[in-house]
Amino acid sequence: MDMNTRVSHPVDKTTALQMKFADGVLVLQGDLLIGVVEDLIAQQGQAETIDLSGVTQLDTAGAWAVVTLERRMKAAGATPEITGATPLQSDLIETLRQNMPETEINAAHRISIADRLERVGRYAVTSFQKTIEIIGFLGRVVATIAGLSIRPNRIRWTAIVHHMQQVGLNAVPIVSLMAFLIGVVLAFQGAAQLRQFGAEVFVVDLIAISILRELGILLTAIIVAGRSGSAFTAAIGSMKMREEVDAMRTLGLDPVEVLVVPRVIALIIMLPVLGIIANFAGLIGGALMSWIELGVSPGVFQSRLVSNTGVEHLFVGLIKAPFFALIIAIVGCFEGLQVKGNAESLGHLTSTSVVLAIFLVIAADALFSIFFVVLGV
Amino acid sequence: MDEDPIISVRGLVTRFGKNTVHDGLDLDVRRGEIIGIVGGSGTGKSVLLQAVVGLLKPAEGQITVFGENVRDTTAEDYRRLRRRWGVMFQDGALFSSLDVQQNVEAPMREQLALSPETRAALAAIKVRMVGLPDDALQKMPSELSGGMRKRAGFARAIALDPEIVFLDEPTAGLDPIGAAAFDKLVAQLRSALGLTVFMVTHDLDSLHAICDRIAVLAEGRVLATGTMAEMQDVDHPWVQAYFKGPRARAALAQKETI
Repeated sequence: MDMNTRVSHPVDKTTALQMKFADGVLVLQGDLLIGVVEDLIAQQGQAETIDLSGVTQLDTAGAWAVVTLERRMKAAGATPEITGATPLQSDLIETLRQNMPETEINAAHRISIADRLERVGRYAVTSFQKTIEIIGFLGRVVATIAGLSIRPNRIRWTAIVHHMQQVGLNAVPIVSLMAFLIGVVLAFQGAAQLRQFGAEVFVVDLIAISILRELGILLTAIIVAGRSGSAFTAAIGSMKMREEVDAMRTLGLDPVEVLVVPRVIALIIMLPVLGIIANFAGLIGGALMSWIELGVSPGVFQSRLVSNTGVEHLFVGLIKAPFFALIIAIVGCFEGLQVKGNAESLGHLTSTSVVLAIFLVIAADALFSIFFVVLGV
Repeated sequence: MDEDPIISVRGLVTRFGKNTVHDGLDLDVRRGEIIGIVGGSGTGKSVLLQAVVGLLKPAEGQITVFGENVRDTTAEDYRRLRRRWGVMFQDGALFSSLDVQQNVEAPMREQLALSPETRAALAAIKVRMVGLPDDALQKMPSELSGGMRKRAGFARAIALDPEIVFLDEPTAGLDPIGAAAFDKLVAQLRSALGLTVFMVTHDLDSLHAICDRIAVLAEGRVLATGTMAEMQDVDHPWVQAYFKGPRARAALAQKETI
């Protein structure tokens, strides 16, 4: 190709565009490139001829501007003629004419109030549908587990143990550290308040009851939702994206049985264990801080803990663990299976899964509280 | 054609760990040509493309594009260079959170201060030029078929009227009719926009139909360059197998009957 007739532009050497109207002729000189087209289409004048003989470089945007001007003049009743273009430039202008939509395209349209209202309605309906779907999914998982209990040889022990390690053993350090620090905080804050009444020793009851009944298991569940719930969604979601889940179905494997049930069982087994570890770590943190801050020795802490705090507090806390585990695992796996073919939906659903699981865990905890108050436990 | 090459690679060496991909590779690309890069799997075709556009730092060697060394440019120079080429990745690599129009507008938005109306109009033209229907503008990449994604990726690559477009396996995964249409599109836009096309491909039909020259990568270097006809005479087992195999004969026969 001959260099001098190249239509596209070496950006380095540009000559400024000059426009002038003279005797019904619009004369363009210099480089008609993407950077200057807006000046050109701002021209309002009418011309019989658009003279391009002085145009040194022309790109698609420049050609677009020329065709836009030509159309606008035609719409105003003139019949402009484009002259002086090199053959390559004419080709480009012709290509543009063929590819330009008849009407000018609008930029993004505004969102009206009706649109917003519609969005609220859609959101409400999809939320309702999703609730039903999650309940349906829960039913499927329970039915699958029930089916497996009849044919235990189909239970995937390797997968269950693998997930127990992932969600349980590997979470021990973070869960214990978190609970330890919560114990420290409770002791520290409780001491500051109780000291005003000279009732320092009640800090033991405060720590024991709040950790055993509520905080130990609730915070463990929240950490596990953030850690393992999201991992479930991401793992199942990326398998869905790569069509592994479809491949399983064609091989006669039930994704619920293979992917979901082992995760649900592993979490139901491991969350109570993590809860017990968190309770221990929390009590140790509380005892340590009580010793440092209030001078309550570990021996006193222990005897007061044993004599004053009933064992029912421990059970009230731990009974919630399997339910929280079920919520986290079901939500995590359900969202994972909702992933569509693109990476964006994977990220979106992973965060939805964590938020929804944490919300449902806290809501369930509130229901349990009411339940235990009514029972008088 | 005796001017300076638009892309010139000299003594390129790239390594991943102990694995040497290119070992002293030389290649020249001339202005205005469509060059096809072929080679077996793992011979570093895509790696070569990445090295030329500066996505990957080679261990040794010199790569100049438009006479400027890609390896030691300042950030500002690299920005300026980058405006002059467009890259289409294998599956289009469209931004999945943006629709097609926003994808094509993305380079204009980053590089130029244009009004939204102008951007929209130019994006609509580019989308039409690559042969997509107007309603594709508002679609998300996940709603497009593989062939449409490639076309949209191509529209984004040519959004700023680059001088060079790099295409990574543009026809892989397309049906023969779609692939032939894509070839035609590349050839058309080459002459309409005066493009130089650097194309990594396995598609013998594309090589026949639109490539001016072919460069064969093997053993860490460019084994041979030349036209399709010249490839028939290269005395190397891989080249012989590639260009004289049953598929190559079919592609050649088809070309002769056209």
